[in-house]
Amino acid sequence: MPRVTRRAVLAGTAAGTAAAVIGMPAIAQATPFKIGLLTVKTGPLAQGGIQMEQGIMTLLKQRGSTFAGRKVELVSADTGGNPAGAKTKASELIERDNVDVILGPLAAFELLALNDYIRQKGTPLMSLAAAEDVTQRQTNPFIMRPSATSAQCCHVLGDYAAKELKYRRAATISEDFAFGYEQMSGFQRVFEDGGGKVVKKLWPPLVTPDYTPYIAQIGNVDCVANGFAGSNPVKFMRAYADLGMKRIPLLAGWTAMDDALLKSLGDEAVGVVSAAWYSASLDSPVNKQFVADMAKDHNVLPGGYSAGMYIAGQVVEAALQKTGGKSDDKKAFNEALRGVSLQDTPRGPVKFDKYGNVVGDVHIRRCERKGGQLVNTIVKTYPDVSQFWTYGDQAFLANPVYSRDYPPAKNLE
Amino acid sequence: MSLWLTLAVNSFGLGGLLFLLSSGFSLIFGLMRIPNLMHGSFFMLGAYFGVTLLDRGVNFWVAAIGAGLLTALIGGLIERFLLRRLEGQVLPQVLLTLGFAFIIGDVCLMVWTGDPWQPATPAHLAGAVQVAGLFFPLYRLVILAVAVVVAIALWIMVDWTRLGAMIRAGVDDPPIARVVGIRVSQLFTLVFSLGAALAAFAGVMGAPYLSVYPGLDFEMLPLALIVVILGGTGSLLGALVGSFIIGFLYNFGQAMFPDLAYVILFLPMLLVLVLRPQGLFGKVVT
Amino acid sequence: MSAVSGLLAPRTAAIAMAVLLLLVLPLWVGNAYYVNIASQILFFAVFALALNVLVGYGGLTSLGHAGLFAMAGYTAALLLARGHGHLVADTAALLVTVATAAVYAVLSLRATGIGFLMITLAIGQILWGIAYRWASLTNGDNGVNVSSRPMPFGLDLSGADGFYYLCLVVFLACVGSMAVVVRSPFGASLRGTRDQERRMAALGYDVWLIRFWAFLLSGFWSGVAGLLFLYYNQFISPQVVALTTSAEALLMVIAGGTATLLGPIVGAALVVIMKNVVSAYIVRWNMVLGIIFILIVSFMPEGLVPGSARLWAWARHRLRHGKPKPAAPGPVAAPPASGGKEGVR
Repeated sequence: MPRVTRRAVLAGTAAGTAAAVIGMPAIAQATPFKIGLLTVKTGPLAQGGIQMEQGIMTLLKQRGSTFAGRKVELVSADTGGNPAGAKTKASELIERDNVDVILGPLAAFELLALNDYIRQKGTPLMSLAAAEDVTQRQTNPFIMRPSATSAQCCHVLGDYAAKELKYRRAATISEDFAFGYEQMSGFQRVFEDGGGKVVKKLWPPLVTPDYTPYIAQIGNVDCVANGFAGSNPVKFMRAYADLGMKRIPLLAGWTAMDDALLKSLGDEAVGVVSAAWYSASLDSPVNKQFVADMAKDHNVLPGGYSAGMYIAGQVVEAALQKTGGKSDDKKAFNEALRGVSLQDTPRGPVKFDKYGNVVGDVHIRRCERKGGQLVNTIVKTYPDVSQFWTYGDQAFLANPVYSRDYPPAKNLE
Repeated sequence: MSLWLTLAVNSFGLGGLLFLLSSGFSLIFGLMRIPNLMHGSFFMLGAYFGVTLLDRGVNFWVAAIGAGLLTALIGGLIERFLLRRLEGQVLPQVLLTLGFAFIIGDVCLMVWTGDPWQPATPAHLAGAVQVAGLFFPLYRLVILAVAVVVAIALWIMVDWTRLGAMIRAGVDDPPIARVVGIRVSQLFTLVFSLGAALAAFAGVMGAPYLSVYPGLDFEMLPLALIVVILGGTGSLLGALVGSFIIGFLYNFGQAMFPDLAYVILFLPMLLVLVLRPQGLFGKVVT
Repeated sequence: MSAVSGLLAPRTAAIAMAVLLLLVLPLWVGNAYYVNIASQILFFAVFALALNVLVGYGGLTSLGHAGLFAMAGYTAALLLARGHGHLVADTAALLVTVATAAVYAVLSLRATGIGFLMITLAIGQILWGIAYRWASLTNGDNGVNVSSRPMPFGLDLSGADGFYYLCLVVFLACVGSMAVVVRSPFGASLRGTRDQERRMAALGYDVWLIRFWAFLLSGFWSGVAGLLFLYYNQFISPQVVALTTSAEALLMVIAGGTATLLGPIVGAALVVIMKNVVSAYIVRWNMVLGIIFILIVSFMPEGLVPGSARLWAWARHRLRHGKPKPAAPGPVAAPPASGGKEGVR
């Protein structure tokens, strides 16, 4: 096993994995900086996982695989989209490959399974997955989230629905797991604070061949907010349209109307209003370059999964610039990461709160058909949105984490 | 009230799709006693063939039948060259069919990527029927109609043709069938191909509303299993009744008892297995 | 006699060698990641051995064992989450799992062959449905976290090495007990019910009861493996109960070779290594795994271990030319030549 010896040498740079040190002194400048990508390349969640890999690869190609003068090596690991796989693969990246930072994972239940392990190992992780409490009540000093918490966009969606669209009665529908609960609770809280009422909450399981039994239960409402993810939005919106429901406007979280999904959607998506932290249509040089390179290298329109990893890579690059390309001092490097603030990312300005979660713009988009193609056109931008919305961190954190039952839905019919 | 009506209509639609999926499984299982764990894979593969053909502008029905034929060819080859040699050996059959399920799943991911594909509902089948202020998607009713047509065609084939007579003989008593000179091996290849074709056809029919995505194979496989066990292996009537029972249990279970939806789905299968192992309409195999 | 002892001595030596290698494994692999992989192989091997009691020796193919594996994990995880201690949680988990195995047995032993397979599958799917959808009890898709591993007798199991030795001890105990059971009168009668069900009944054996006890034994060790899985990951979620877990365990047993002790261990190692190690190098590892299964079916339908033993015996026979074939080739007890009722020929 020749790779093991090479790894053993690399291990010398990382404190805390002393067990494997064979004794050769490591030369920091000569060793490449290693990024471990925790993604999903097989199974039902592969779609988003492949996009994550394309995003970070695009950044590395643009930079010639060099951050702050130091060579960067990408090690990609396939979790298969399940928690046990995520745990094993994280251990592979940290203990075998000695990566300096991990990007990923994709799914909230993967991140939940990793939380304690990352805390124990102290390798910084830039998550795409939501699982809010990891940057809230159970803050993990080594986990950051440059994408968004589940509710970060849905708070905005609730505000827009109540104040701008003047909807009064809403139904919510999302998958029956943490990401769905947190999104819909965020929507409900802000929507009801704005004077609206959530009168129906529906929770189909992650794997649902046919959404009709759920859609049929949506009663008399002004709008339906949905938080589906993966390939489910495609199925859901078709069933919604087929049942003649398009008379009730559809609102969507960022995964439910991700730009990368547009090519899989048809007319059923026209008119859907969504709140997202990234939009391929954003008009900035860095985003235009990103979209052009993604089209050139991978022939895709990027959505949040790709952009999230691209931006995570930019944050890592910025931290390396601050430390002068050094990452041997894990603690210092982690500090540098958490202090990063960037102006030029595909999503716009990015900074982090003290809990490690991003503060950035959230856009309201309306899906339209332009020249035969579906486009999410930005209609309004909420600047510098925090994971705590306007509630303030202290007050926000005094409440329990968003769940199926919190905040309680008092207006159900 | 409107909820229950919508659910009932939808149950028939889903039941129709399940019949298309599971009738082939029932024939394979009943005649050959093979636990074909790649039946869901045939469904998914057929659906992918179908969306590719549709993407090229092929007519919907031509695409559905074309996907069926392509998948039948693949199924036939697997039966002829590999499964054939494992007759009566359940464990190697499990290993082989699961092995192919892994391979087909991975090939689909490689060829069609992880993106969901959802072909447009064919224009003349799209839209909704409006009755008393309720919308029923026309396409669900079309699936039901197609399932009925296929059921009748299969029934005619099994009950009225020479091929059917051989299949029945094979299901009822394989050793005797062999003794009276039925060339069981050719029959097996034919039936296995037919089962694969039906699953693939079902995949294309389902694509406009289920969409096609990685993992669809193992979502459909358990549904085919419970339908066939409920109805009785090798019985087309059983598959038909089983499909509609599951269609109704799925729809009403999800709506009324979401927490126990899957218990409701699988419990009848367990009861039938324990109390009437041959299934509701199956014959006791001696 | 001398031929037998001549065979026995190298076998004893081989076993001693293997145990020694396993004992010092953390020293020679040197890296916590590989030690963890070894732990995974060990507890999946326990699971596969448990399943093999039914599949191999009983001729009863279960496709629902994930339900037993996860029953132990979930029971312990939920009790721990409610503040109970490890001892209470683990004991309760094993009791509940054995009780569940009894329910499995009562329902499924009405059938054999493919009917048995389907009933176990149905029960497994029902348990999956509960883990997956009864979110108020099981926390649904979010799974259950376990904050710490136990510290029996003050031993620290939080590290990779400590946990590996726990797995090794359990694994050796499992292999040992399996070896004893297989050689015992009970093991013989279990094989009898597989090969000659009617004759066994005619001889006055209670076939049902023999199978029932076998199911409890299988359930117990599945539960033990499930507990190790839980403590290894410190997390459990509905994916563990899914049909794919049952199928994977069955694949381990069949690929390695049913009705042998070494077969399920080799099968477990194959699947774990493919999933976790090979997947780092080959993106299409699912396809490779599928192809391996098909190659096994095509060339060694009896499984890797008996198949290799057969090839080895054949090669030796060719070399010595004329000498009789050794009766029991291979390092472990080979399956009876007649094979199972389910046709492991």
